[in-house]
Amino acid sequence: MIDLHGFGDQLLQGAVVTLELALSSLFVGLILGLLGASAKLSSVKVFRWIAHGYTTIIRGIPELLTVLIIYFGATSVLMSIAGLFGYEEYIEVGAFAAGVTALGLTFGAYATEVFRGALQSIPKGQHEAAIALGMGPVRKFYRIILPQVWRIALPGLGNLFLVLLKDTALVSVVGLDDIMRKANIAVSSTKEAFLFYLVAAFMYLALTIISMAFVSYMEKRASRGLTRG
Amino acid sequence: MDFSVVIEYFPRLLQGAWVSLQLVAISIVLGGAFALPIALARISPVGWIRAIPFAYIFFFRGTPLLVQIFLVYYGASQFDAVRESVFWPILKEPFWCAIIAFTLNTSAYTAEIFRGAIQAIPQGEVEACKVVGMSKFQMYRRILLPRAFGIVLPAYGNEIILMLKGSALASTITILDLTGMSRTIIARTYTPMEIFLAAGGIYLVISIVIIAIFRQIELRQNRYLGTLSIKVPDKG
Repeated sequence: MIDLHGFGDQLLQGAVVTLELALSSLFVGLILGLLGASAKLSSVKVFRWIAHGYTTIIRGIPELLTVLIIYFGATSVLMSIAGLFGYEEYIEVGAFAAGVTALGLTFGAYATEVFRGALQSIPKGQHEAAIALGMGPVRKFYRIILPQVWRIALPGLGNLFLVLLKDTALVSVVGLDDIMRKANIAVSSTKEAFLFYLVAAFMYLALTIISMAFVSYMEKRASRGLTRG
Repeated sequence: MDFSVVIEYFPRLLQGAWVSLQLVAISIVLGGAFALPIALARISPVGWIRAIPFAYIFFFRGTPLLVQIFLVYYGASQFDAVRESVFWPILKEPFWCAIIAFTLNTSAYTAEIFRGAIQAIPQGEVEACKVVGMSKFQMYRRILLPRAFGIVLPAYGNEIILMLKGSALASTITILDLTGMSRTIIARTYTPMEIFLAAGGIYLVISIVIIAIFRQIELRQNRYLGTLSIKVPDKG
Protein backbone atom coordinates (compact mmCIF):
# COMPACT_ATOMS: atom_id res chain seq x y z
CA MET A 1 0.00 0.00 0.00
CA ILE A 2 2.78 2.41 0.92
CA ASP A 3 4.87 1.85 -2.19
CA LEU A 4 1.67 1.71 -4.27
CA HIS A 5 2.77 -1.30 -6.33
CA GLY A 6 6.00 0.53 -7.08
CA PHE A 7 4.23 3.56 -8.52
CA GLY A 8 4.91 5.82 -5.52
CA ASP A 9 8.10 7.25 -7.05
CA GLN A 10 6.38 7.79 -10.36
CA LEU A 11 3.62 9.80 -8.72
CA LEU A 12 6.17 11.93 -6.86
CA GLN A 13 7.95 12.63 -10.16
CA GLY A 14 4.57 13.62 -11.53
CA ALA A 15 4.10 16.01 -8.60
CA VAL A 16 7.39 17.71 -9.49
CA VAL A 17 6.20 18.20 -13.09
CA THR A 18 2.84 19.52 -11.85
CA LEU A 19 4.61 22.02 -9.61
CA GLU A 20 7.00 23.11 -12.39
CA LEU A 21 4.06 23.62 -14.73
CA ALA A 22 2.11 25.59 -12.10
CA LEU A 23 5.02 27.88 -11.23
CA SER A 24 5.99 28.52 -14.88
CA SER A 25 2.38 29.33 -15.75
CA LEU A 26 2.17 31.59 -12.70
CA PHE A 27 5.18 33.54 -13.92
CA VAL A 28 3.75 33.97 -17.42
CA GLY A 29 0.31 34.72 -16.02
CA LEU A 30 1.51 37.43 -13.62
CA ILE A 31 3.26 39.27 -16.43
CA LEU A 32 0.21 38.97 -18.70
CA GLY A 33 -2.00 40.11 -15.83
CA LEU A 34 0.05 43.24 -15.18
CA LEU A 35 0.18 44.02 -18.89
CA GLY A 36 -3.54 43.38 -19.23
CA ALA A 37 -4.41 45.60 -16.28
CA SER A 38 -2.18 48.41 -17.57
CA ALA A 39 -3.83 48.07 -20.99
CA LYS A 40 -7.33 48.17 -19.48
CA LEU A 41 -6.49 51.39 -17.62
CA SER A 42 -4.62 52.85 -20.58
CA SER A 43 -5.78 56.05 -22.22
CA VAL A 44 -5.23 54.44 -25.62
CA LYS A 45 -8.51 52.99 -26.86
CA VAL A 46 -6.95 50.16 -28.90
CA PHE A 47 -5.11 48.80 -25.85
CA ARG A 48 -8.36 48.80 -23.86
CA TRP A 49 -10.14 46.91 -26.65
CA ILE A 50 -7.39 44.31 -26.92
CA ALA A 51 -7.35 43.73 -23.16
CA HIS A 52 -11.13 43.56 -23.03
CA GLY A 53 -11.25 41.05 -25.89
CA TYR A 54 -8.51 38.96 -24.29
CA THR A 55 -10.20 38.67 -20.89
CA THR A 56 -13.67 38.08 -22.35
CA ILE A 57 -12.57 35.33 -24.70
CA ILE A 58 -10.28 33.48 -22.30
CA ARG A 59 -12.75 33.63 -19.44
CA GLY A 60 -15.61 32.39 -21.61
CA ILE A 61 -13.85 29.34 -23.05
CA PRO A 62 -13.26 26.13 -21.08
CA GLU A 63 -9.66 25.74 -19.90
CA LEU A 64 -9.53 22.28 -21.45
CA LEU A 65 -10.42 23.77 -24.84
CA THR A 66 -7.73 26.44 -24.42
CA VAL A 67 -5.18 23.72 -23.74
CA LEU A 68 -6.33 21.76 -26.81
CA ILE A 69 -6.37 24.84 -29.05
CA ILE A 70 -2.86 25.84 -28.00
CA TYR A 71 -1.50 22.30 -28.21
CA PHE A 72 -2.87 21.55 -31.68
CA GLY A 73 -2.95 25.11 -32.91
CA ALA A 74 0.55 26.19 -31.92
CA THR A 75 2.08 23.55 -34.16
CA SER A 76 0.21 24.69 -37.26
CA VAL A 77 0.67 28.39 -36.47
CA LEU A 78 4.41 27.98 -35.88
CA MET A 79 4.78 25.85 -38.98
CA SER A 80 3.01 28.38 -41.19
CA ILE A 81 5.21 31.16 -39.77
CA ALA A 82 8.31 29.03 -40.29
CA GLY A 83 7.05 28.25 -43.79
CA LEU A 84 7.23 31.95 -44.62
CA PHE A 85 10.93 31.78 -43.89
CA GLY A 86 11.34 28.69 -46.02
CA TYR A 87 11.56 26.21 -43.13
CA GLU A 88 9.53 23.13 -44.03
CA GLU A 89 10.47 20.62 -41.30
CA TYR A 90 7.83 19.45 -38.83
CA ILE A 91 7.79 21.55 -35.66
CA GLU A 92 6.33 19.95 -32.60
CA VAL A 93 5.17 21.98 -29.62
CA GLY A 94 5.61 19.97 -26.45
CA ALA A 95 2.85 19.39 -23.94
CA PHE A 96 4.73 21.40 -21.31
CA ALA A 97 5.17 24.48 -23.50
CA ALA A 98 1.55 24.29 -24.63
CA GLY A 99 0.45 23.88 -21.02
CA VAL A 100 2.43 26.88 -19.81
CA THR A 101 1.02 29.00 -22.64
CA ALA A 102 -2.59 27.92 -22.11
CA LEU A 103 -2.58 28.11 -18.31
CA GLY A 104 -0.53 31.32 -18.35
CA LEU A 105 -3.09 32.91 -20.69
CA THR A 106 -5.92 31.77 -18.43
CA PHE A 107 -4.25 32.98 -15.23
CA GLY A 108 -3.36 36.26 -16.93
CA ALA A 109 -6.97 36.94 -17.93
CA TYR A 110 -8.26 36.54 -14.39
CA ALA A 111 -5.22 38.30 -12.90
CA THR A 112 -5.91 41.28 -15.18
CA GLU A 113 -9.11 41.95 -13.22
CA VAL A 114 -7.37 41.50 -9.88
CA PHE A 115 -4.53 43.86 -10.80
CA ARG A 116 -6.91 46.37 -12.32
CA GLY A 117 -8.88 46.58 -9.07
CA ALA A 118 -5.67 46.92 -7.08
CA LEU A 119 -4.19 49.59 -9.37
CA GLN A 120 -7.39 51.62 -9.17
CA SER A 121 -7.39 51.48 -5.38
CA ILE A 122 -4.03 53.27 -5.09
CA PRO A 123 -4.87 56.87 -4.03
CA LYS A 124 -3.99 59.56 -6.50
CA GLY A 125 -1.88 61.26 -3.82
CA GLN A 126 0.62 58.39 -3.94
CA HIS A 127 1.22 59.06 -7.64
CA GLU A 128 1.51 62.78 -7.03
CA ALA A 129 3.89 62.33 -4.09
CA ALA A 130 6.16 60.11 -6.17
CA ILE A 131 6.21 62.64 -9.00
CA ALA A 132 6.85 65.45 -6.51
CA LEU A 133 9.90 63.55 -5.27
CA GLY A 134 11.16 63.56 -8.82
CA MET A 135 10.69 59.88 -9.63
CA GLY A 136 10.36 58.85 -13.25
CA PRO A 137 7.48 56.61 -14.34
CA VAL A 138 9.48 53.37 -14.09
CA ARG A 139 10.89 54.11 -10.65
CA LYS A 140 7.49 55.31 -9.45
CA PHE A 141 5.96 52.06 -10.60
CA TYR A 142 8.33 49.63 -8.96
CA ARG A 143 9.11 51.59 -5.80
CA ILE A 144 5.74 53.08 -4.91
CA ILE A 145 2.91 51.55 -6.91
CA LEU A 146 3.89 47.90 -7.30
CA PRO A 147 4.55 47.16 -3.58
CA GLN A 148 1.12 48.54 -2.71
CA VAL A 149 -0.65 46.83 -5.61
CA TRP A 150 1.05 43.59 -4.63
CA ARG A 151 -0.34 43.76 -1.10
CA ILE A 152 -3.89 44.43 -2.28
CA ALA A 153 -3.77 41.89 -5.12
CA LEU A 154 -2.19 39.00 -3.15
CA PRO A 155 -5.37 37.41 -1.71
CA GLY A 156 -7.00 37.41 -5.16
CA LEU A 157 -3.86 36.09 -6.83
CA GLY A 158 -3.56 33.38 -4.17
CA ASN A 159 -7.05 32.15 -5.03
CA LEU A 160 -6.19 32.19 -8.71
CA PHE A 161 -3.07 30.15 -8.03
CA LEU A 162 -5.15 27.48 -6.29
CA VAL A 163 -7.37 27.34 -9.39
CA LEU A 164 -4.28 27.17 -11.60
CA LEU A 165 -2.85 24.32 -9.56
CA LYS A 166 -5.97 22.27 -10.21
CA ASP A 167 -6.11 23.24 -13.87
CA THR A 168 -2.64 21.74 -14.40
CA ALA A 169 -4.38 18.34 -14.36
CA LEU A 170 -5.90 19.24 -17.75
CA VAL A 171 -2.51 19.21 -19.44
CA SER A 172 -2.33 15.46 -18.78
CA VAL A 173 -4.95 15.16 -21.54
CA VAL A 174 -2.33 16.19 -24.12
CA GLY A 175 0.24 13.85 -22.62
CA LEU A 176 2.24 15.76 -20.01
CA ASP A 177 3.66 13.38 -17.37
CA ASP A 178 2.11 15.13 -14.37
CA ILE A 179 0.44 13.57 -11.33
CA MET A 180 -2.71 12.85 -13.29
CA ARG A 181 -1.03 11.02 -16.17
CA LYS A 182 1.20 9.04 -13.84
CA ALA A 183 -1.97 7.99 -12.04
CA ASN A 184 -3.55 7.00 -15.38
CA ILE A 185 -0.52 4.88 -16.20
CA ALA A 186 -0.62 3.22 -12.80
CA VAL A 187 -4.33 2.52 -13.20
CA SER A 188 -3.94 0.94 -16.60
CA SER A 189 -1.37 -1.53 -15.30
CA THR A 190 -2.82 -2.29 -11.86
CA LYS A 191 -6.58 -1.81 -12.50
CA GLU A 192 -6.88 -0.15 -9.11
CA ALA A 193 -8.50 3.05 -10.29
CA PHE A 194 -10.07 4.13 -7.03
CA LEU A 195 -6.83 3.80 -5.08
CA PHE A 196 -4.65 5.73 -7.52
CA TYR A 197 -7.09 8.52 -8.27
CA LEU A 198 -7.67 8.95 -4.55
CA VAL A 199 -3.91 9.14 -3.98
CA ALA A 200 -3.69 11.69 -6.82
CA ALA A 201 -6.52 13.67 -5.22
CA PHE A 202 -4.69 13.79 -1.89
CA MET A 203 -1.47 14.85 -3.61
CA TYR A 204 -3.31 17.82 -5.14
CA LEU A 205 -4.85 18.50 -1.74
CA ALA A 206 -1.39 18.51 -0.16
CA LEU A 207 -0.09 20.93 -2.81
CA THR A 208 -3.14 23.12 -2.18
CA ILE A 209 -2.50 23.20 1.58
CA ILE A 210 1.17 24.06 1.07
CA SER A 211 0.25 26.83 -1.38
CA MET A 212 -2.33 28.24 1.02
CA ALA A 213 0.24 28.36 3.81
CA PHE A 214 2.73 30.05 1.50
CA VAL A 215 0.21 32.61 0.29
CA SER A 216 -0.75 33.54 3.85
CA TYR A 217 2.95 33.94 4.72
CA MET A 218 3.37 36.21 1.69
CA GLU A 219 0.31 38.21 2.69
CA LYS A 220 1.75 38.80 6.14
CA ARG A 221 5.07 39.78 4.61
CA ALA A 222 3.49 42.15 2.11
CA SER A 223 1.51 43.91 4.84
CA ARG A 224 4.42 44.29 7.24
CA GLY A 225 4.62 48.00 6.45
CA LEU A 226 1.05 48.49 7.61
CA THR A 227 1.39 47.37 11.22
CA ARG A 228 3.88 50.14 11.99
CA GLY A 229 1.58 52.90 10.84
CA MET B 1 -7.59 27.84 -42.48
CA ASP B 2 -10.68 26.54 -44.15
CA PHE B 3 -13.89 27.28 -42.31
CA SER B 4 -16.16 25.33 -44.64
CA VAL B 5 -15.75 22.30 -42.34
CA VAL B 6 -17.28 24.37 -39.57
CA ILE B 7 -20.39 24.98 -41.66
CA GLU B 8 -20.53 21.34 -42.66
CA TYR B 9 -20.30 20.06 -39.10
CA PHE B 10 -22.17 22.89 -37.37
CA PRO B 11 -25.29 20.77 -36.67
CA ARG B 12 -23.09 18.17 -34.96
CA LEU B 13 -21.45 20.88 -32.85
CA LEU B 14 -24.88 22.12 -31.80
CA GLN B 15 -25.79 18.56 -30.82
CA GLY B 16 -22.71 18.54 -28.62
CA ALA B 17 -23.62 21.93 -27.17
CA TRP B 18 -27.05 20.55 -26.27
CA VAL B 19 -25.39 17.70 -24.31
CA SER B 20 -23.16 20.27 -22.54
CA LEU B 21 -26.22 22.32 -21.59
CA GLN B 22 -27.97 19.23 -20.22
CA LEU B 23 -24.93 18.36 -18.13
CA VAL B 24 -24.75 21.89 -16.74
CA ALA B 25 -28.48 22.25 -16.09
CA ILE B 26 -28.90 18.92 -14.28
CA SER B 27 -25.72 19.36 -12.21
CA ILE B 28 -26.59 22.92 -11.23
CA VAL B 29 -30.12 22.02 -10.11
CA LEU B 30 -29.00 18.93 -8.14
CA GLY B 31 -25.91 20.72 -6.82
CA GLY B 32 -27.97 23.68 -5.65
CA ALA B 33 -30.36 21.34 -3.84
CA PHE B 34 -27.47 19.60 -2.03
CA ALA B 35 -25.69 22.86 -1.33
CA LEU B 36 -28.38 24.31 0.92
CA PRO B 37 -28.26 21.62 3.66
CA ILE B 38 -24.45 21.57 3.38
CA ALA B 39 -24.31 25.35 3.86
CA LEU B 40 -26.71 25.23 6.81
CA ALA B 41 -24.67 22.45 8.44
CA ARG B 42 -21.52 24.48 7.80
CA ILE B 43 -22.79 27.33 10.00
CA SER B 44 -24.19 25.05 12.69
CA PRO B 45 -23.25 26.00 16.24
CA VAL B 46 -22.36 22.35 16.95
CA GLY B 47 -18.68 21.67 16.28
CA TRP B 48 -18.80 18.18 14.81
CA ILE B 49 -21.73 19.04 12.52
CA ARG B 50 -19.62 21.87 11.12
CA ALA B 51 -16.63 19.58 10.61
CA ILE B 52 -18.30 17.21 8.11
CA PRO B 53 -19.29 19.83 5.50
CA PHE B 54 -15.95 21.54 6.06
CA ALA B 55 -14.06 18.37 5.08
CA TYR B 56 -16.43 17.75 2.16
CA ILE B 57 -16.04 21.28 0.83
CA PHE B 58 -12.27 21.21 1.35
CA PHE B 59 -11.88 17.98 -0.59
CA PHE B 60 -14.02 18.99 -3.55
CA ARG B 61 -12.61 22.50 -3.82
CA GLY B 62 -9.02 21.40 -3.27
CA THR B 63 -8.79 18.68 -5.91
CA PRO B 64 -9.08 18.94 -9.70
CA LEU B 65 -12.48 18.22 -11.24
CA LEU B 66 -10.72 15.81 -13.60
CA VAL B 67 -9.63 13.63 -10.66
CA GLN B 68 -13.16 13.68 -9.30
CA ILE B 69 -14.64 12.55 -12.61
CA PHE B 70 -12.11 9.72 -12.92
CA LEU B 71 -12.75 8.69 -9.31
CA VAL B 72 -16.45 8.29 -10.05
CA TYR B 73 -16.19 6.82 -13.55
CA TYR B 74 -13.15 4.53 -13.29
CA GLY B 75 -12.81 4.36 -9.50
CA ALA B 76 -16.29 3.14 -8.61
CA SER B 77 -16.21 0.28 -11.11
CA GLN B 78 -13.11 -1.15 -9.44
CA PHE B 79 -15.25 -2.64 -6.69
CA ASP B 80 -17.30 -5.78 -7.30
CA ALA B 81 -19.77 -4.61 -4.70
CA VAL B 82 -20.54 -1.58 -6.87
CA ARG B 83 -20.78 -3.64 -10.05
CA GLU B 84 -23.32 -5.95 -8.45
CA SER B 85 -25.32 -3.22 -6.75
CA VAL B 86 -28.57 -1.66 -7.96
CA PHE B 87 -26.64 1.52 -8.79
CA TRP B 88 -24.58 -0.16 -11.51
CA PRO B 89 -26.96 0.68 -14.39
CA ILE B 90 -26.39 4.34 -13.48
CA LEU B 91 -22.69 4.13 -12.62
CA LYS B 92 -21.74 2.40 -15.87
CA GLU B 93 -23.15 5.28 -17.92
CA PRO B 94 -20.52 7.99 -18.52
CA PHE B 95 -23.27 10.63 -18.67
CA TRP B 96 -24.51 9.90 -15.16
CA CYS B 97 -20.98 9.57 -13.80
CA ALA B 98 -20.28 13.06 -15.10
CA ILE B 99 -23.52 14.30 -13.53
CA ILE B 100 -22.53 12.76 -10.17
CA ALA B 101 -19.02 14.26 -10.25
CA PHE B 102 -20.24 17.69 -11.39
CA THR B 103 -23.04 17.71 -8.80
CA LEU B 104 -20.70 16.87 -5.92
CA ASN B 105 -18.20 19.46 -7.16
CA THR B 106 -20.63 22.30 -7.72
CA SER B 107 -22.49 21.62 -4.48
CA ALA B 108 -19.27 22.22 -2.55
CA TYR B 109 -18.65 25.57 -4.28
CA THR B 110 -22.31 26.59 -4.08
CA ALA B 111 -22.49 25.72 -0.38
CA GLU B 112 -19.68 28.19 0.30
CA ILE B 113 -21.50 30.85 -1.73
CA PHE B 114 -24.73 30.22 0.22
CA ARG B 115 -22.88 30.30 3.54
CA GLY B 116 -21.26 33.61 2.66
CA ALA B 117 -24.63 35.06 1.70
CA ILE B 118 -26.42 33.88 4.84
CA GLN B 119 -23.62 35.27 6.99
CA ALA B 120 -23.68 38.55 5.08
CA ILE B 121 -27.21 39.32 6.29
CA PRO B 122 -26.99 41.94 9.04
CA GLN B 123 -27.43 40.58 12.56
CA GLY B 124 -30.17 43.16 13.16
CA GLU B 125 -32.48 41.38 10.72
CA VAL B 126 -32.03 38.09 12.57
CA GLU B 127 -32.80 39.89 15.84
CA ALA B 128 -35.85 41.54 14.29
CA CYS B 129 -37.17 38.10 13.28
CA LYS B 130 -36.78 36.87 16.84
CA VAL B 131 -38.47 39.96 18.24
CA VAL B 132 -41.58 39.49 16.13
CA GLY B 133 -41.69 35.91 17.37
CA MET B 134 -40.76 33.93 14.26
CA SER B 135 -39.67 30.34 14.66
CA LYS B 136 -36.28 29.41 13.25
CA PHE B 137 -37.91 27.78 10.22
CA GLN B 138 -40.07 30.84 9.53
CA MET B 139 -37.06 33.09 9.90
CA TYR B 140 -35.12 31.15 7.27
CA ARG B 141 -38.04 30.69 4.90
CA ARG B 142 -39.39 34.24 5.05
CA ILE B 143 -36.39 36.44 5.69
CA LEU B 144 -32.93 34.87 5.54
CA LEU B 145 -33.19 32.66 2.46
CA PRO B 146 -34.93 35.20 0.19
CA ARG B 147 -32.40 37.81 1.31
CA ALA B 148 -29.54 35.38 0.76
CA PHE B 149 -30.90 34.57 -2.70
CA GLY B 150 -30.56 38.20 -3.73
CA ILE B 151 -27.03 38.45 -2.33
CA VAL B 152 -26.02 35.15 -3.87
CA LEU B 153 -27.00 35.87 -7.46
CA PRO B 154 -23.79 37.39 -8.90
CA ALA B 155 -21.58 34.68 -7.38
CA TYR B 156 -24.04 31.98 -8.42
CA GLY B 157 -24.00 33.22 -12.00
CA ASN B 158 -20.23 32.90 -11.93
CA GLU B 159 -20.50 29.37 -10.59
CA ILE B 160 -22.75 28.40 -13.51
CA ILE B 161 -20.18 29.78 -15.96
CA LEU B 162 -17.46 27.79 -14.17
CA MET B 163 -19.65 24.69 -14.38
CA LEU B 164 -20.17 25.28 -18.11
CA LYS B 165 -16.41 25.43 -18.56
CA GLY B 166 -15.91 22.43 -16.29
CA SER B 167 -18.42 20.44 -18.34
CA ALA B 168 -15.80 20.24 -21.11
CA LEU B 169 -14.09 17.62 -18.94
CA ALA B 170 -16.98 15.25 -19.66
CA SER B 171 -15.26 14.69 -23.00
CA THR B 172 -12.47 12.82 -21.17
CA ILE B 173 -14.88 10.01 -20.27
CA THR B 174 -16.16 9.52 -23.81
CA ILE B 175 -19.18 11.84 -23.57
CA LEU B 176 -19.97 13.66 -26.80
CA ASP B 177 -20.48 17.09 -25.30
CA LEU B 178 -19.38 20.16 -27.24
CA THR B 179 -15.69 19.43 -26.61
CA GLY B 180 -16.08 15.68 -27.09
CA MET B 181 -17.99 16.19 -30.33
CA SER B 182 -15.28 18.57 -31.56
CA ARG B 183 -12.60 15.99 -30.88
CA THR B 184 -14.60 13.32 -32.72
CA ILE B 185 -15.06 15.59 -35.73
CA ILE B 186 -11.36 16.49 -35.70
CA ALA B 187 -10.38 12.81 -35.65
CA ARG B 188 -12.21 12.54 -38.98
CA THR B 189 -11.34 15.86 -40.64
CA TYR B 190 -7.89 16.72 -39.20
CA THR B 191 -8.86 20.38 -38.85
CA PRO B 192 -8.23 21.05 -35.14
CA MET B 193 -7.99 24.83 -35.29
CA GLU B 194 -11.20 25.45 -37.22
CA ILE B 195 -13.38 23.11 -35.17
CA PHE B 196 -11.91 24.02 -31.77
CA LEU B 197 -12.25 27.74 -32.49
CA ALA B 198 -15.86 27.21 -33.55
CA ALA B 199 -16.51 25.26 -30.34
CA GLY B 200 -14.86 28.07 -28.36
CA GLY B 201 -17.18 30.54 -30.07
CA ILE B 202 -20.24 28.49 -29.08
CA TYR B 203 -19.06 28.30 -25.45
CA LEU B 204 -18.53 32.06 -25.49
CA VAL B 205 -22.05 32.69 -26.78
CA ILE B 206 -23.55 30.41 -24.12
CA SER B 207 -21.63 32.20 -21.33
CA ILE B 208 -22.70 35.61 -22.60
CA VAL B 209 -26.35 34.48 -22.65
CA ILE B 210 -26.05 33.13 -19.08
CA ILE B 211 -24.50 36.39 -17.90
CA ALA B 212 -27.31 38.40 -19.54
CA ILE B 213 -30.01 36.20 -17.97
CA PHE B 214 -28.46 36.58 -14.53
CA ARG B 215 -28.26 40.32 -14.86
CA GLN B 216 -32.01 40.36 -15.49
CA ILE B 217 -32.78 38.08 -12.54
CA GLU B 218 -30.54 40.21 -10.35
CA LEU B 219 -32.39 43.40 -11.27
CA ARG B 220 -35.69 41.66 -10.54
CA GLN B 221 -34.66 40.04 -7.27
CA ASN B 222 -33.11 43.20 -5.88
CA ARG B 223 -35.86 45.52 -7.15
CA TYR B 224 -36.96 46.33 -3.57
CA LEU B 225 -33.66 48.16 -3.20
CA GLY B 226 -35.23 50.87 -5.36
CA THR B 227 -34.70 51.98 -8.91
CA LEU B 228 -32.24 54.64 -7.83
CA SER B 229 -29.62 52.10 -6.80
CA ILE B 230 -29.50 50.44 -10.22
CA LYS B 231 -26.40 51.87 -11.78
CA VAL B 232 -26.03 52.29 -15.49
CA PRO B 233 -22.69 50.66 -16.30
CA ASP B 234 -19.97 52.90 -17.64
CA LYS B 235 -19.01 52.74 -21.26
CA GLY B 236 -16.35 50.21 -22.20
